Formats: sequence, structure tokens, C-alpha cells
Amino acid sequence: MTVITKRDGQAVRATRPAPPSWWRSRGAQGWLYAAPTALIVGVLFLAPLVLIGWMSLNRWPLLGQARFNAPDNYAKIADNPLFLDAVYFTLKYTVITTILLSAVALGLALLVQERRPGIGFFRTAFFLPGAVGFASAALLFYGMLNNDFGPIDPILQALGIIDEPVKWTGTPNMALFSTITLVLWRFAGFNMLILLTGLQAIPLEVYEAARSDGANRWQIFTRITLPLLRPTIALMLILSITGSLLAFDQFFIFTNGGPDNSTVSMVMVIYRDAFTRFDLGGAAALSVVLLLALVALNVLQMRVLRRSN
Amino acid sequence: MRYYTTLSALAVLFLFPLLWSGWSSFDGGLENYAEMARFGEGVGTYLTNSVLVSVMTVTGTLIVSALGGYAFARFDFPGKNLLFLVTLAILMVPYATILIPLYVLLGYIGLQNSLVGLSLVFVMFQLPFALFMMRNAFEAIPRELEEAALVDGCGTFRAFVRILLQAVRPALITVGLFAFLASWNDFFAPLILLNDGESFTLPVAVVSMTQRTFGAIDYGMLQAGVMVMAVPCLILFIVLQRHYVRGFMSGALRG
Repeated sequence: MTVITKRDGQAVRATRPAPPSWWRSRGAQGWLYAAPTALIVGVLFLAPLVLIGWMSLNRWPLLGQARFNAPDNYAKIADNPLFLDAVYFTLKYTVITTILLSAVALGLALLVQERRPGIGFFRTAFFLPGAVGFASAALLFYGMLNNDFGPIDPILQALGIIDEPVKWTGTPNMALFSTITLVLWRFAGFNMLILLTGLQAIPLEVYEAARSDGANRWQIFTRITLPLLRPTIALMLILSITGSLLAFDQFFIFTNGGPDNSTVSMVMVIYRDAFTRFDLGGAAALSVVLLLALVALNVLQMRVLRRSN
Repeated sequence: MRYYTTLSALAVLFLFPLLWSGWSSFDGGLENYAEMARFGEGVGTYLTNSVLVSVMTVTGTLIVSALGGYAFARFDFPGKNLLFLVTLAILMVPYATILIPLYVLLGYIGLQNSLVGLSLVFVMFQLPFALFMMRNAFEAIPRELEEAALVDGCGTFRAFVRILLQAVRPALITVGLFAFLASWNDFFAPLILLNDGESFTLPVAVVSMTQRTFGAIDYGMLQAGVMVMAVPCLILFIVLQRHYVRGFMSGALRG
């Protein structure tokens, strides 16, 4: 697409000896500047989108010849218990994470919203885990919660909170709990920052007016802060929901899907189908389903967000 | 006073893991770091790979988005709106779902298991945010600045390089910072697109320390690996905090 238009542009310039019409040549120049963008988007975004549709209709082994087999890959999904379990688990994880993350982030944002001495330090402290890569964070928790090496068991024992080392990733519930703690640590400050930008957009006069009307703190929070913060909260929810539905790093690195496949997320099933079962076609079909579901969700969320604006 | 006590207690909770990781990586002096330097192909290889990928990603993102942002801010050309919308649509498509076709596609064009291919993929994922930022930055420049340069006999490209790029420096720094953090830290894309130990980036290499099939996992060495990955990000973030927050507010959000 790009190349042809570029050629068009040059052809136009070459065949018109008279002073080239301003917008025609501007148009050609514009395309030249936009060409790298178009090339990247075409080759690395649009082409894979088409390819994944095609792959999902084929028996596509990691090595060897692809063969058309539609709609087998899609029909197989219904018989894939690991994926169905993963859908349930991912939804559960998404709901819990989103609620806790929003609550913690809102609490932090309210705590540090006012300019006071030293507040910059605390904001940075809460955000700092967000500057660390998620893979690093997962490895850090992997070490920190280890029963032999990690500091958490001894600290909790010294405080008298636990009697003996806890199997942090040893049971399905503890593995989920530990993973959510990791995610809260890594992302609470990030979400706090989103909420802070929303809080700072609320004019101070609104608060003053409410206070002079005799509203107490709780009333101010529920009647003014929360409603005016709604678009920002909606944005945070969208990011948290989309991010959680695509969870991979935390389960691949931190729990390795265990114990007993109890923490296998949807993306992890796709990864395993593709690279441990060498079934790229099946993985592509799962990806297409997930992709369509998320695009639908995104469209829905944007409608809601626009309405609340 | 109770206010600051609460804040301090929370700050301890948030900072403790980082401090512990740093402290335990130095448990036994530099032994953990020396051990890590010998792990697998040697940390030097992985560090070089990570640095190469980040440099290529940042450079690529800056070049593509600066040129593109200029085009979208200052020129009218056929298909302009469509191209902009399609670029933004990258945000709608879950990153994880197109890595499998990207893996196959990079094989077709000879870039499978290649740091260049990985960097190009990172550039693509950065593009919606970067292009959006750069377009807004160019739009904010008064047209007179550009026209003055054009009248002085500069072509648009010379005006672009000499004058406009200087004017959008803050946006370039923001876009570069985000591109660096994303490419340096990403785990999933290199896990899928690189399949040869020699080409691993740091996150993939360090995670592989936890999956050794024989021998015990060396947790001290693991934390040394975490530090090598995390410290550059922490320093960059603290130095460029203002740019990060500004980029954030202009819709820099990719969970």
C-alpha cells in the first residue's frame, strides 16, 4: 500500500512539469513521512491479524507443513478442559484483582492527594515498584516468599502472626493470594497515579462550597469526589480488567501454573498449546476467541466511558 | 502525626521488597554477581542483548513516530485518517494474541530468533502511544516557526531536522523513556520470539535460572539478576520522573 502511493507521489511530480499543485505535493510528502509508520503497521500488525485468522483454520504444527482443517481447531476448544478451567480461573482472578487494586489505589491516592511537606517522597515510594519490570517483580517475590531463603516467613514468625513457614504457592488458594499480593505491590502505585490526575482535576471551589454547606468528610467523598472521579475510575477499571484477562508473566514465572494447574491463565494455555504441544493452529484459534472477546469488551467499555464523560 | 505514621508504614511495605532484593544480592559480597556473570552464556551476553534491543527499540520508535507524528500534524494525504485509526487500533488488540502469528511471520521474513525482529515488534507495540504523543507535540508548535524556516530556503526535511525536532524534545524524551522501559522489561515477546540461549534478553535468561532441571536454585544469584534488571529502570524513572508523569497524563496507558 505504502510503496504504491509513494510511487504515485513521485510519478505525479515527474509527469507535471508545471509548478506542482501545493496540496498534491504536500500530500506526497506527507506520505513519505508516514511511510515508516504504514510499513510497520502493515507488516507487523495487519499481516499478523490476517495470518492468525488463517492459522486458526489450519492444522499448523510448529515444524512441518500446514494443512487446512477448518473448523477443527475451533471445535476442539469445547473439549479442552484446561482452557475452560483457565477461563474460569482468569475471570475469578480478574474480579478479585480489580476490586482489591482499585480499593488500594484509591486509598493511596486519597492519602497523598494534598500537597504537604514530604508528600513527593511518599508518592514516589508507592510508585517505585511500578518502575520495575513485571518479570523482575515476579522473580523478586519468588525469592522473597521462598521458605528457605525468603525473609517473609521469619518476619511473620517473629511478629507471632504465623507459627510455621507458609506454603506461599503450595495450595491453590495461597498461590492465588500470593500472586494478587505481588500484583498489588507492582501496580497499586501505577493506578494511584491515574487516580491522582483525576483528583487534581476536581476544582477546589467545589470542596469549599460543600464544606461551607456543612457537609462532612464522608458526604464529600461519596457525593463529590466519587462522582467527579467516575471517568478516571472507569479508565482504571478498564486497564485493570484488560490487563488481568491477559495475565501471563505472574503465573508463568511466579507460580508456574501450579499447584496442579490451579493457576493456569488463558494466555498460558495459548502459550502451552503453541510451544509445548507444538499446535500453533489450536493456539491461534484460542487467540482468535480471546481477541474477539477482548475487542468486544473494549468497545463496550469505551461506550460506558464515553457515556460517563 | 498519625497521618505521617500511616504513610511511613505504607512506604516501608512498598520499599521493603526492593531493599531486601538489593541487600540479599550483596549477601556474601559480590559473589552472587560473579556467579551470575557465569550463568548460562554469561550475563555479559544477555546484558548486551538487552542493551541492543533497547537501543534499537528506542531509536526505531523515535524515528518512526517523529516522522509519522510530523506527517499527521502538518500534512494532508490520502488515507491519513484511516492510517491513524489503524495505528491506534493496535491498542485494542491484545498483545499476547498476535505474538504467535508474529513468530511465524518473522520466520517468513528471516527475522525469527533475531534481536532486530524483536525490536521491530516492540516498535510496533509502542507506536500508538508514540505517534499520538508526537502528533500532539508537532501540532503544538506554532506554524510560523516552520514557515520561517521554509522561507529561508530550507526544504521541509531540513526544517524538520534542524528546527522542529528541537522543539519537540520533551515529547521525544517521554516516548524514548516509555520505549526503553517496555523493551527492557518485557518478558513475553522475547520468550516467544527468541529461541536460542545466545540471543536471550535479561528477563528470559534470569527466569531460566528458576527453571534449572538439576541442582538447587541459587536465590542470591537470582536477586543479583533482579537488581541488574531493575536498577537501570529505577534510576531512569527517578531522573525522568516528570516526563513519565506527563506522558502518563496524555494517555500513556498500556497495562
